[in-house]
Amino acid sequence: MAILEVANLKIWDSQTGKVIVPGSSFHVKQGSCLAIVGESGSGKSLTCRAIMRLNKTGIRQSGDILFNGVNLTELPEKDMRKRRGKQLCMILQNGMRAFDPSCVVGVHLRETLACHFGWGREEITAKMKRAMESVMLKDPIAVMNMYPHQLSGGMLQRIMIALTLVLEPAIVIADEPTTALDTISQFEVVEQFIQLREKMGCSMIFISHDLGIVRKIADDVLVMKDGEIVDRGTSQIIFSEAAHEYTRYLVSSKQALNDHFKRLMGGVSLVER
Amino acid sequence: MVSYIIKRSLLSIPLLVIISFLTFGLNNLSPLDPVEVILHAQGVPTITDELIVETKAALGMDRPFLIRYLNWFVSCLQLDFGNSYVTGKTVWSLLAPAFLNTLKLTLISAAAIIALSIGLGVISALREGKMTDKSIRGVSFFLTSMPPYWLAALMVWYFSVQLDLLPTSGMDSYESYILPVIVITISYTGIYFRMVRSSMLSNMNEDYVLYGRASGLPEKKITMHILRNSLQVAISVFCMAIPIILGSTVVVENIFAWPGLGTLSVKSILSRDFPIIQAYVLVLAMAFVLFNTVSDIINAAMNPKLRKGH
Ligand SMILES: Nc1ncnc2c1ncn2[C@@H]1O[C@H](COP(=O)(O)OP(=O)(O)OP(=O)(O)O)[C@@H](O)[C@H]1O
Ligand SMILES: [Mg+2]
Repeated sequence: MAILEVANLKIWDSQTGKVIVPGSSFHVKQGSCLAIVGESGSGKSLTCRAIMRLNKTGIRQSGDILFNGVNLTELPEKDMRKRRGKQLCMILQNGMRAFDPSCVVGVHLRETLACHFGWGREEITAKMKRAMESVMLKDPIAVMNMYPHQLSGGMLQRIMIALTLVLEPAIVIADEPTTALDTISQFEVVEQFIQLREKMGCSMIFISHDLGIVRKIADDVLVMKDGEIVDRGTSQIIFSEAAHEYTRYLVSSKQALNDHFKRLMGGVSLVER
Repeated sequence: MVSYIIKRSLLSIPLLVIISFLTFGLNNLSPLDPVEVILHAQGVPTITDELIVETKAALGMDRPFLIRYLNWFVSCLQLDFGNSYVTGKTVWSLLAPAFLNTLKLTLISAAAIIALSIGLGVISALREGKMTDKSIRGVSFFLTSMPPYWLAALMVWYFSVQLDLLPTSGMDSYESYILPVIVITISYTGIYFRMVRSSMLSNMNEDYVLYGRASGLPEKKITMHILRNSLQVAISVFCMAIPIILGSTVVVENIFAWPGLGTLSVKSILSRDFPIIQAYVLVLAMAFVLFNTVSDIINAAMNPKLRKGH
């Protein structure tokens, strides 16, 4: 059964009339992870934000987005707001910029949890502490009292994951959550995403440039190019017998890169790590 | 933080010394001989060369430049700016009340400017592109582009002459404040309102706003975060508005015959009253340095990045 069903999603810029995504249809199966890959500017982020109904005012959308049978596009803004965070959770690319720079990160955590669950300060701290420990953040109380600029990108990414763990949404939308990180932190964060799925059994949309990571985490893959979905399939099929030449190009360039990396590093592979 | 405040304050001391030196030096470059100015002001009928030399010696003006500068500097530190060449009164007795009058005008105007530009800037940014935003911007553009003297003349003509509601000049009652404050407020609000608005807009495009919305936070909370970050930038700019207005009330003061710094400075320049001019420049420069220091400190106190850096 599909938890999220997107039908004929069209996204355009109302000022210039430029159509960015002409018409996408796809679905996310209950409990599975759908990866969206594709080059920069292919409309991946706009698609995700369209699902959350959070595109900028100039960007318009049409089509149906069914989430658990409810059409999100027809929901009043107030009901949509209640679903954001609690049922559909987003994790952004750049942790450094995802938190208000003039507040300690705990402020965002407290505000979010208080508004969804009405918990008090102690309860939130206790719950966040447990979640943050489970994503390998040491000294969570101190971390909550730090400003974003005092933390690393990987730590901030894991704080967002920890918040997601407490919110327990039905679907997590992660927009290139590892792109801004160095390889070591990337590895740790991907590990946490895999565990996030294991712990909560949630569904996920995972956007990434990195086919190695996609292969590791995704069940199904969508390939986007210039706003259109050019290829789709299960992760295995995409990586072994891609139908579209663009997908084959992506996979082969990744493999070429990987082989090169392997030679340089003396046998350690990027994909398998 | 405390060490930052101390460090920042100490830093402004050499700046003040340099400014005082420049003020004194530039006044000395004037081709006019101050002694002649004094003798003229005293109504001496024939100015002979001997008389000039004598007066010079009496006033200590024949000594080398550096000595004169040091003497002046040391007495300035004791708030003794010398005597007016023209009236003979101490500069302090002329400058202090004028400064207070201008300061009153400035502070009231600054308060109005800050309140208006924050209020309008926030409303305008939240309604970007809508009718409200467009009309606020239109009116502000129109009013800001009017030169202050023209605006002042218009106000006097309408409110004082036509309606006979408000006084045209002087500072006799609280009513006297109304017109000058309105003119100053109108000529500056446009600039600061635009700054608040654009600062709000650039913050609204930040990722933390997207993440806040994606986390389901109510719009009110998100606006507070945007406001907080926008005003952080604005506060230091607002701090600097005070010395800027302080130094630019000349036009308004002269039109409304406000007994303040602007009026005094113009009068002194016309009569070549060097001690007053020197003290005026020095006081304004000090105001700039002082407010600059304060705004840096406030900025550091509000910005966690700067706060931890020191
Ligand atoms: N606010 C906007 N107004 C107008 N056009 C936009 C806006 N945001 C994005 N676009 C256009 O939409 C297209 C898709 O953008 P999007 O951010 O979805 O790409 P992406 O696939 O996420 O790329 P990346 O991998 O770089 O994140 C881009 O070509 C961009 O020019
Ligand atoms: Mg993107």
